[in-house]
Amino acid sequence: MRARTWLVCLALVLLTVLPLWLATAPPATPGGEAPAIFTGADNRAQQAIGAIAPGYKPWFTPVFEPASDEIASLLFALQAAIGAGVIGYWLGMSVARERARREAASPQGRRAD
Amino acid sequence: MHIMEGFLPPAHALGWAAVSLPFLAWGLRSIGRDLQSHPERRMLLGVAAAFAFLLSALKLPSVTGSCSHPTGVGLGAALFGPAAMVPVGFVVLMFQALLMAHGGLTTLGANVFSMAIVGPFVSYGVLRAASAVGFSRSPAVFLAACLGDLATYVTTSIQLALAFPAAVGGFGVSFFKFAGIFALTQVPIAISEGLLTLLVVNAMVRFNAHELRALPVMTLGARKGGA
Repeated sequence: MRARTWLVCLALVLLTVLPLWLATAPPATPGGEAPAIFTGADNRAQQAIGAIAPGYKPWFTPVFEPASDEIASLLFALQAAIGAGVIGYWLGMSVARERARREAASPQGRRAD
Repeated sequence: MHIMEGFLPPAHALGWAAVSLPFLAWGLRSIGRDLQSHPERRMLLGVAAAFAFLLSALKLPSVTGSCSHPTGVGLGAALFGPAAMVPVGFVVLMFQALLMAHGGLTTLGANVFSMAIVGPFVSYGVLRAASAVGFSRSPAVFLAACLGDLATYVTTSIQLALAFPAAVGGFGVSFFKFAGIFALTQVPIAISEGLLTLLVVNAMVRFNAHELRALPVMTLGARKGGA
Protein backbone atom coordinates (compact mmCIF):
# COMPACT_ATOMS: atom_id res chain seq x y z
CA MET A 1 0.00 0.00 0.00
CA ARG A 2 2.73 2.42 1.01
CA ALA A 3 4.90 1.39 -1.91
CA ARG A 4 2.00 1.87 -4.27
CA THR A 5 1.42 5.39 -2.99
CA TRP A 6 5.05 6.23 -3.71
CA LEU A 7 4.76 4.73 -7.19
CA VAL A 8 1.71 6.89 -7.90
CA CYS A 9 3.62 9.99 -6.74
CA LEU A 10 6.56 9.07 -8.94
CA ALA A 11 4.27 8.60 -11.94
CA LEU A 12 2.76 12.04 -11.27
CA VAL A 13 6.17 13.70 -11.23
CA LEU A 14 7.23 11.92 -14.43
CA LEU A 15 3.96 12.80 -16.19
CA THR A 16 4.55 16.45 -15.38
CA VAL A 17 8.28 16.67 -16.01
CA LEU A 18 8.78 14.43 -19.05
CA PRO A 19 6.75 16.65 -21.43
CA LEU A 20 9.28 19.40 -20.80
CA TRP A 21 11.79 17.27 -22.72
CA LEU A 22 9.50 15.40 -25.07
CA ALA A 23 7.56 18.32 -26.49
CA THR A 24 8.91 20.24 -29.42
CA ALA A 25 8.16 23.83 -30.31
CA PRO A 26 5.60 24.26 -33.09
CA PRO A 27 7.10 24.87 -36.53
CA ALA A 28 8.14 28.46 -37.09
CA THR A 29 5.84 30.45 -39.32
CA PRO A 30 7.68 32.21 -42.15
CA GLY A 31 8.22 35.81 -41.17
CA GLY A 32 6.56 35.31 -37.78
CA GLU A 33 8.17 35.69 -34.40
CA ALA A 34 9.88 32.74 -32.72
CA PRO A 35 7.24 30.11 -31.93
CA ALA A 36 6.28 29.97 -28.29
CA ILE A 37 6.16 26.66 -26.47
CA PHE A 38 4.02 25.71 -23.47
CA THR A 39 1.51 28.45 -24.01
CA GLY A 40 -1.99 27.81 -22.70
CA ALA A 41 -4.28 25.58 -24.74
CA ASP A 42 -6.98 28.20 -24.22
CA ASN A 43 -4.88 30.75 -26.10
CA ARG A 44 -4.21 28.28 -28.89
CA ALA A 45 -7.93 27.75 -29.24
CA GLN A 46 -8.35 31.50 -29.45
CA GLN A 47 -5.83 31.59 -32.31
CA ALA A 48 -7.63 28.72 -34.02
CA ILE A 49 -10.88 30.71 -33.85
CA GLY A 50 -9.02 33.56 -35.50
CA ALA A 51 -7.94 31.21 -38.29
CA ILE A 52 -11.43 29.72 -38.82
CA ALA A 53 -13.41 32.93 -38.50
CA PRO A 54 -11.03 35.82 -39.19
CA GLY A 55 -13.89 38.32 -38.99
CA TYR A 56 -15.04 37.32 -35.48
CA LYS A 57 -14.78 40.03 -32.88
CA PRO A 58 -15.30 39.15 -29.19
CA TRP A 59 -18.45 41.01 -28.19
CA PHE A 60 -17.70 41.25 -24.49
CA THR A 61 -14.53 42.05 -22.57
CA PRO A 62 -13.53 40.77 -19.13
CA VAL A 63 -14.88 42.94 -16.31
CA PHE A 64 -11.52 42.90 -14.58
CA GLU A 65 -8.18 41.97 -16.02
CA PRO A 66 -5.03 41.30 -13.97
CA ALA A 67 -2.67 44.22 -14.57
CA SER A 68 0.20 41.95 -15.64
CA ASP A 69 1.25 38.32 -15.94
CA GLU A 70 2.75 38.59 -12.47
CA ILE A 71 -0.57 39.65 -10.96
CA ALA A 72 -2.32 36.85 -12.86
CA SER A 73 0.11 34.26 -11.50
CA LEU A 74 -0.37 35.73 -8.02
CA LEU A 75 -4.10 35.09 -8.33
CA PHE A 76 -3.58 31.55 -9.63
CA ALA A 77 -1.19 30.87 -6.75
CA LEU A 78 -3.80 32.23 -4.36
CA GLN A 79 -6.42 29.90 -5.82
CA ALA A 80 -4.10 26.90 -5.47
CA ALA A 81 -3.13 27.96 -1.94
CA ILE A 82 -6.77 28.12 -0.81
CA GLY A 83 -7.35 24.63 -2.16
CA ALA A 84 -4.12 23.16 -0.81
CA GLY A 85 -4.70 24.84 2.57
CA VAL A 86 -8.07 23.19 3.08
CA ILE A 87 -6.74 19.80 1.95
CA GLY A 88 -3.72 20.16 4.26
CA TYR A 89 -6.00 21.02 7.20
CA TRP A 90 -8.13 17.93 6.57
CA LEU A 91 -5.13 15.63 6.11
CA GLY A 92 -3.34 16.92 9.21
CA MET A 93 -6.49 16.65 11.30
CA SER A 94 -7.17 13.13 10.01
CA VAL A 95 -3.66 11.91 10.84
CA ALA A 96 -3.81 13.44 14.32
CA ARG A 97 -7.29 12.00 14.94
CA GLU A 98 -6.14 8.53 13.96
CA ARG A 99 -3.09 8.78 16.20
CA ALA A 100 -5.18 9.96 19.14
CA ARG A 101 -7.60 7.09 18.61
CA ARG A 102 -4.77 4.58 18.50
CA GLU A 103 -3.14 5.95 21.63
CA ALA A 104 -6.42 5.91 23.48
CA ALA A 105 -6.89 2.26 22.51
CA SER A 106 -3.46 1.08 23.68
CA PRO A 107 -2.60 1.22 27.41
CA GLN A 108 1.00 2.10 26.58
CA GLY A 109 -0.10 5.23 24.77
CA ARG A 110 -2.23 6.24 27.73
CA ARG A 111 0.75 6.03 30.08
CA ALA A 112 2.78 8.23 27.76
CA ASP A 113 0.14 10.94 28.12
CA MET B 1 -11.22 24.37 -21.42
CA HIS B 2 -12.00 27.97 -20.61
CA ILE B 3 -13.71 29.58 -23.55
CA MET B 4 -12.54 33.18 -23.34
CA GLU B 5 -14.82 36.09 -22.58
CA GLY B 6 -16.85 37.13 -25.61
CA PHE B 7 -15.67 34.21 -27.72
CA LEU B 8 -19.06 32.56 -28.07
CA PRO B 9 -21.72 34.26 -30.20
CA PRO B 10 -24.59 35.58 -28.03
CA ALA B 11 -27.04 32.87 -29.11
CA HIS B 12 -24.59 30.11 -28.11
CA ALA B 13 -23.70 31.85 -24.86
CA LEU B 14 -27.37 32.12 -23.91
CA GLY B 15 -28.14 28.58 -25.02
CA TRP B 16 -25.42 26.99 -22.88
CA ALA B 17 -26.40 29.14 -19.91
CA ALA B 18 -30.01 27.97 -20.27
CA VAL B 19 -28.89 24.33 -20.38
CA SER B 20 -26.62 24.71 -17.34
CA LEU B 21 -29.05 26.58 -15.09
CA PRO B 22 -31.33 23.63 -14.18
CA PHE B 23 -28.28 21.51 -13.34
CA LEU B 24 -27.08 24.26 -11.01
CA ALA B 25 -30.43 24.31 -9.23
CA TRP B 26 -30.44 20.50 -9.01
CA GLY B 27 -26.89 20.56 -7.61
CA LEU B 28 -27.72 23.11 -4.91
CA ARG B 29 -30.71 21.06 -3.81
CA SER B 30 -28.65 17.88 -3.83
CA ILE B 31 -25.94 19.43 -1.63
CA GLY B 32 -28.50 20.93 0.72
CA ARG B 33 -30.31 17.63 1.21
CA ASP B 34 -27.08 15.69 1.62
CA LEU B 35 -25.66 17.99 4.29
CA GLN B 36 -28.96 18.15 6.13
CA SER B 37 -29.15 14.38 6.51
CA HIS B 38 -25.38 13.88 6.95
CA PRO B 39 -23.83 17.00 8.55
CA GLU B 40 -20.63 15.01 9.20
CA ARG B 41 -19.95 15.08 5.46
CA ARG B 42 -19.39 18.86 5.48
CA MET B 43 -15.62 18.40 5.86
CA LEU B 44 -15.34 16.01 2.93
CA LEU B 45 -17.43 18.28 0.72
CA GLY B 46 -15.01 21.06 1.62
CA VAL B 47 -12.10 18.85 0.62
CA ALA B 48 -13.78 17.99 -2.71
CA ALA B 49 -14.34 21.69 -3.41
CA ALA B 50 -10.77 22.53 -2.36
CA PHE B 51 -9.50 19.79 -4.67
CA ALA B 52 -11.31 21.37 -7.63
CA PHE B 53 -9.94 24.79 -6.62
CA LEU B 54 -6.39 23.49 -6.40
CA LEU B 55 -6.36 21.38 -9.55
CA SER B 56 -8.00 23.93 -11.82
CA ALA B 57 -5.30 26.44 -10.86
CA LEU B 58 -2.46 24.12 -11.91
CA LYS B 59 -1.49 24.60 -15.52
CA LEU B 60 0.58 21.56 -16.39
CA PRO B 61 2.82 21.06 -19.40
CA SER B 62 1.79 18.40 -21.89
CA VAL B 63 3.52 16.45 -24.64
CA THR B 64 1.83 18.58 -27.30
CA GLY B 65 3.94 21.53 -26.18
CA SER B 66 1.12 23.50 -24.63
CA CYS B 67 -0.20 23.80 -21.11
CA SER B 68 -3.57 22.93 -19.71
CA HIS B 69 -5.10 22.23 -16.34
CA PRO B 70 -7.01 19.36 -14.73
CA THR B 71 -10.50 20.07 -13.40
CA GLY B 72 -10.63 18.23 -10.08
CA VAL B 73 -14.39 17.60 -10.20
CA GLY B 74 -14.15 13.81 -10.57
CA LEU B 75 -13.34 13.40 -6.87
CA GLY B 76 -16.50 15.15 -5.73
CA ALA B 77 -18.61 13.28 -8.25
CA ALA B 78 -17.33 9.96 -6.93
CA LEU B 79 -18.01 11.05 -3.34
CA PHE B 80 -21.27 12.97 -3.52
CA GLY B 81 -22.71 12.14 -6.93
CA PRO B 82 -22.44 14.26 -10.05
CA ALA B 83 -25.01 16.98 -9.29
CA ALA B 84 -23.16 18.13 -6.17
CA MET B 85 -20.18 19.20 -8.26
CA VAL B 86 -22.15 21.61 -10.45
CA PRO B 87 -22.25 24.44 -7.86
CA VAL B 88 -18.61 23.75 -6.91
CA GLY B 89 -17.44 24.01 -10.53
CA PHE B 90 -19.63 27.10 -10.92
CA VAL B 91 -17.87 28.84 -8.01
CA VAL B 92 -14.42 27.95 -9.38
CA LEU B 93 -15.27 29.22 -12.85
CA MET B 94 -16.88 32.38 -11.44
CA PHE B 95 -13.74 33.09 -9.38
CA GLN B 96 -11.54 32.70 -12.45
CA ALA B 97 -13.84 34.70 -14.72
CA LEU B 98 -14.16 37.64 -12.33
CA LEU B 99 -10.63 37.89 -10.93
CA MET B 100 -8.32 36.41 -13.54
CA ALA B 101 -10.00 37.19 -16.85
CA HIS B 102 -9.77 33.42 -17.35
CA GLY B 103 -12.94 32.24 -19.02
CA GLY B 104 -15.71 34.81 -18.81
CA LEU B 105 -19.22 35.76 -17.75
CA THR B 106 -20.68 35.40 -21.25
CA THR B 107 -19.04 31.99 -21.64
CA LEU B 108 -19.79 30.91 -18.06
CA GLY B 109 -22.76 28.78 -19.12
CA ALA B 110 -20.71 26.87 -21.69
CA ASN B 111 -17.75 26.47 -19.34
CA VAL B 112 -20.00 25.28 -16.50
CA PHE B 113 -21.55 22.78 -18.90
CA SER B 114 -18.20 21.27 -19.91
CA MET B 115 -16.35 21.37 -16.58
CA ALA B 116 -19.08 21.19 -13.94
CA ILE B 117 -21.75 19.11 -15.71
CA VAL B 118 -20.23 16.83 -18.38
CA GLY B 119 -17.06 16.19 -16.33
CA PRO B 120 -18.77 15.04 -13.10
CA PHE B 121 -21.56 13.14 -14.88
CA VAL B 122 -19.10 11.23 -17.07
CA SER B 123 -16.93 10.54 -14.01
CA TYR B 124 -19.89 9.22 -12.09
CA GLY B 125 -21.09 7.14 -15.04
CA VAL B 126 -17.63 5.63 -15.52
CA LEU B 127 -17.37 4.87 -11.80
CA ARG B 128 -20.72 3.04 -11.88
CA ALA B 129 -19.90 1.20 -15.11
CA ALA B 130 -16.41 0.19 -13.96
CA SER B 131 -17.80 -1.05 -10.63
CA ALA B 132 -20.57 -2.92 -12.41
CA VAL B 133 -18.13 -4.86 -14.59
CA GLY B 134 -16.11 -5.83 -11.54
CA PHE B 135 -13.31 -3.27 -11.26
CA SER B 136 -12.16 -2.75 -7.68
CA ARG B 137 -12.29 0.73 -6.19
CA SER B 138 -8.84 2.01 -7.16
CA PRO B 139 -8.94 1.43 -10.92
CA ALA B 140 -12.59 2.49 -11.03
CA VAL B 141 -11.79 5.83 -9.33
CA PHE B 142 -8.76 6.37 -11.54
CA LEU B 143 -10.73 5.74 -14.74
CA ALA B 144 -13.63 7.89 -13.54
CA ALA B 145 -11.50 10.96 -12.83
CA CYS B 146 -9.35 10.47 -15.91
CA LEU B 147 -12.20 10.05 -18.42
CA GLY B 148 -14.30 12.78 -16.80
CA ASP B 149 -11.41 15.20 -17.29
CA LEU B 150 -11.03 14.18 -20.94
CA ALA B 151 -14.77 14.45 -21.54
CA THR B 152 -14.69 18.06 -20.35
CA TYR B 153 -12.13 18.98 -22.98
CA VAL B 154 -13.92 17.06 -25.73
CA THR B 155 -17.05 19.00 -24.79
CA THR B 156 -15.22 22.31 -25.08
CA SER B 157 -14.04 21.25 -28.54
CA ILE B 158 -17.63 20.44 -29.55
CA GLN B 159 -18.87 23.77 -28.19
CA LEU B 160 -16.27 25.73 -30.14
CA ALA B 161 -16.81 23.68 -33.31
CA LEU B 162 -20.57 24.36 -33.08
CA ALA B 163 -19.91 28.08 -32.75
CA PHE B 164 -17.17 28.20 -35.37
CA PRO B 165 -17.73 25.57 -38.08
CA ALA B 166 -15.03 25.67 -40.73
CA ALA B 167 -15.93 27.35 -44.03
CA VAL B 168 -14.87 24.15 -45.78
CA GLY B 169 -15.81 20.94 -44.02
CA GLY B 170 -18.00 22.56 -41.37
CA PHE B 171 -18.40 21.17 -37.86
CA GLY B 172 -16.25 18.06 -38.35
CA VAL B 173 -13.14 19.89 -39.53
CA SER B 174 -13.45 22.47 -36.76
CA PHE B 175 -14.02 19.79 -34.16
CA PHE B 176 -10.82 17.97 -35.09
CA LYS B 177 -8.92 21.22 -35.02
CA PHE B 178 -10.15 22.14 -31.53
CA ALA B 179 -9.89 18.58 -30.25
CA GLY B 180 -6.29 18.54 -31.48
CA ILE B 181 -5.64 21.56 -29.28
CA PHE B 182 -7.67 20.54 -26.22
CA ALA B 183 -8.25 16.81 -26.03
CA LEU B 184 -4.80 15.67 -27.20
CA THR B 185 -3.03 18.04 -24.81
CA GLN B 186 -5.27 16.78 -22.05
CA VAL B 187 -4.35 13.07 -22.26
CA PRO B 188 -1.32 13.08 -19.90
CA ILE B 189 -2.99 15.69 -17.69
CA ALA B 190 -6.11 13.54 -17.40
CA ILE B 191 -3.93 10.62 -16.32
CA SER B 192 -2.36 12.88 -13.68
CA GLU B 193 -5.81 13.90 -12.47
CA GLY B 194 -6.82 10.23 -12.22
CA LEU B 195 -3.76 9.45 -10.10
CA LEU B 196 -4.20 12.50 -7.84
CA THR B 197 -7.85 11.65 -7.30
CA LEU B 198 -6.86 8.11 -6.42
CA LEU B 199 -4.40 9.36 -3.79
CA VAL B 200 -7.05 11.51 -2.12
CA VAL B 201 -9.69 8.77 -2.23
CA ASN B 202 -7.24 6.30 -0.68
CA ALA B 203 -6.50 8.76 2.12
CA MET B 204 -10.23 9.29 2.69
CA VAL B 205 -10.91 5.57 2.83
CA ARG B 206 -8.21 5.27 5.45
CA PHE B 207 -9.12 8.26 7.60
CA ASN B 208 -12.80 8.93 6.97
CA ALA B 209 -14.40 5.52 6.76
CA HIS B 210 -17.26 6.68 8.99
CA GLU B 211 -18.18 9.73 6.87
CA LEU B 212 -17.79 7.79 3.63
CA ARG B 213 -20.40 5.19 4.57
CA ALA B 214 -23.24 5.08 2.04
CA LEU B 215 -21.46 7.42 -0.40
CA PRO B 216 -21.24 6.22 -4.03
CA VAL B 217 -17.49 5.58 -3.95
CA MET B 218 -17.96 3.03 -1.15
CA THR B 219 -21.33 1.51 -1.99
CA LEU B 220 -20.59 0.86 -5.66
CA GLY B 221 -17.60 -1.30 -4.80
CA ALA B 222 -19.33 -2.96 -1.87
CA ARG B 223 -22.50 -3.82 -3.77
CA LYS B 224 -20.57 -6.39 -5.71
CA GLY B 225 -18.95 -7.82 -2.60
CA GLY B 226 -22.18 -7.80 -0.57
CA ALA B 227 -24.43 -9.40 -3.18
